[in-house]
Amino acid sequence: MIDLLTIFVLAAFVGFEVVSKVSTILHTPLMSGANAIHGVILVGAIIITGAAEGGAQLVLGLLAVFLATVNVVGGFVVTDRMLEMFKGHKR
Amino acid sequence: MSVQLAYLVAALCFLLALKGLSTPRFARAGNLLGAAGMALAVVTAFLHGAVHNGPWILVAIALGAVVGVPAARSVKMTAIPQMVALFNGVGGAAAALVALAEFHDGGELLFRIATVLTVLIGSVSFSGSLVTFAKLQEIMTTRPVVLPAGRVLSIGVAVASLVLAVAVLTTSSTALLVALTVAGLLLGVAFVLPVGGADVPIAISLLNAFTGLAVAASGYVLANTLLIVAGTLVGASGTLLTRMMAQAMGRPLANILFGAFTATVAQAHSEESRTVRSGTVEDVAILLGYAHSIVIVPGYGLAVAQAQHAARELVTLLEGRGIDVSYGIHPVAGRMPGHMNVLLAEADVPYEQLKELDDVNPGMTSMDVALVVGANDVVNPGARDEPTSPIYGMPIFDVDRARAVVFMKRSMRPGFAGIDNELLYNTKTTMLFGDAKDSLTKLLAAVKQL
Repeated sequence: MIDLLTIFVLAAFVGFEVVSKVSTILHTPLMSGANAIHGVILVGAIIITGAAEGGAQLVLGLLAVFLATVNVVGGFVVTDRMLEMFKGHKR
Repeated sequence: MSVQLAYLVAALCFLLALKGLSTPRFARAGNLLGAAGMALAVVTAFLHGAVHNGPWILVAIALGAVVGVPAARSVKMTAIPQMVALFNGVGGAAAALVALAEFHDGGELLFRIATVLTVLIGSVSFSGSLVTFAKLQEIMTTRPVVLPAGRVLSIGVAVASLVLAVAVLTTSSTALLVALTVAGLLLGVAFVLPVGGADVPIAISLLNAFTGLAVAASGYVLANTLLIVAGTLVGASGTLLTRMMAQAMGRPLANILFGAFTATVAQAHSEESRTVRSGTVEDVAILLGYAHSIVIVPGYGLAVAQAQHAARELVTLLEGRGIDVSYGIHPVAGRMPGHMNVLLAEADVPYEQLKELDDVNPGMTSMDVALVVGANDVVNPGARDEPTSPIYGMPIFDVDRARAVVFMKRSMRPGFAGIDNELLYNTKTTMLFGDAKDSLTKLLAAVKQL
């Protein structure tokens, strides 16, 4: 368990470090990109649904898979649409 | 082993996706890399973890894609904040559901703590995001909603959540966990309702951090390192962004979130007796056409009127006359941080022309004209001069220090935050009433005539 905590603390530091360097112009894509990344809960949803043996667990799991998928694909698509528009002066 | 390796690669992809955002040039490639990492992680989880119910899982994923992709493709850029709030909410709900489904009697204490945290934070994030969505979509009022005894109610729900959380830890009762979910949902609503319209972006950003933390906590429940790393990254980015925005608004976070409970009602100026100077398109065209330097301060009104293209054409024309033109973009212009940059990028404005507060304000006194299009609160001098103003302390564009101000506005209605603006009555100010797109198009024609 302490291993997991170590990972958490290190990830928090790396996260702060990386995000503090994000250009202010891109704060909206940052938020929607981060939004897409937390859709990784889809992995968790697949794992529990894959282990479910029917009943309530299966229903909850499938609902989680559905919602997480909306989160993931929606998040990445919308971020891509935004970033596509950021073009500088053409040289 | 190979599963862990795939998760490690995915985590690196997420990290690079965030890193790519440090410059617009690599941002898109970074995002695609993030998506690739996600695909790898999902395929790995499916191949390794979907022992049962494989076909059902695929159906659920297909349905999710059928809903998510068209929604993300068709959403207007002005409505991005609502979309982000919605995606954030469903993510939080998914995390809570995962923990609910995984919960069973017994297990280590740490496992139960993680479960309780995931369920609580996930449900707060879900219901909070839905209220945020309703506010941004203007399904409900954008003003702070303070229920009678709202404060007592909020504290009551918070205490109840805490008690239930401890109860679940000690008893491992599924019924109590369900009760905790309900309490979490209520807490999310109670938390966002009193947040005022202009502060809603901060709420989204904070809820984004919450969902990240819920996902990280679910990583403990499932002992899955990828969930911990990715959730924590999002939690860190949301927290940092929330802090930056609070700074951009010049107020402590606690004041933004709980301000409605303590705020004194801003004194209403008697509007009837006050006069504003309104000008014609020709007056303004002359003012702009013979200026040397102009700063344009766009606000959400510009985007609502779909006037970004007209604004860009006007800027190009003015630049052709040898005038120095730049855009002043407030960090909270639009309805989420950086929103205005996206809206202008959509109209092909090169991002090099977008200037921040610190780049514009020092040179404001030598600026000939400040053209305010559809913005209001971000140029309100009350934020600087009136300690009683609800937005006092928010850094603003000091457009009242420019030689002349042109204020393009649909009507005298106050902005999203609902606060009166002294600048409208300033003698330097010329008002140009009307739809932003319409006015800019007419201005364009009038400047061409000069």
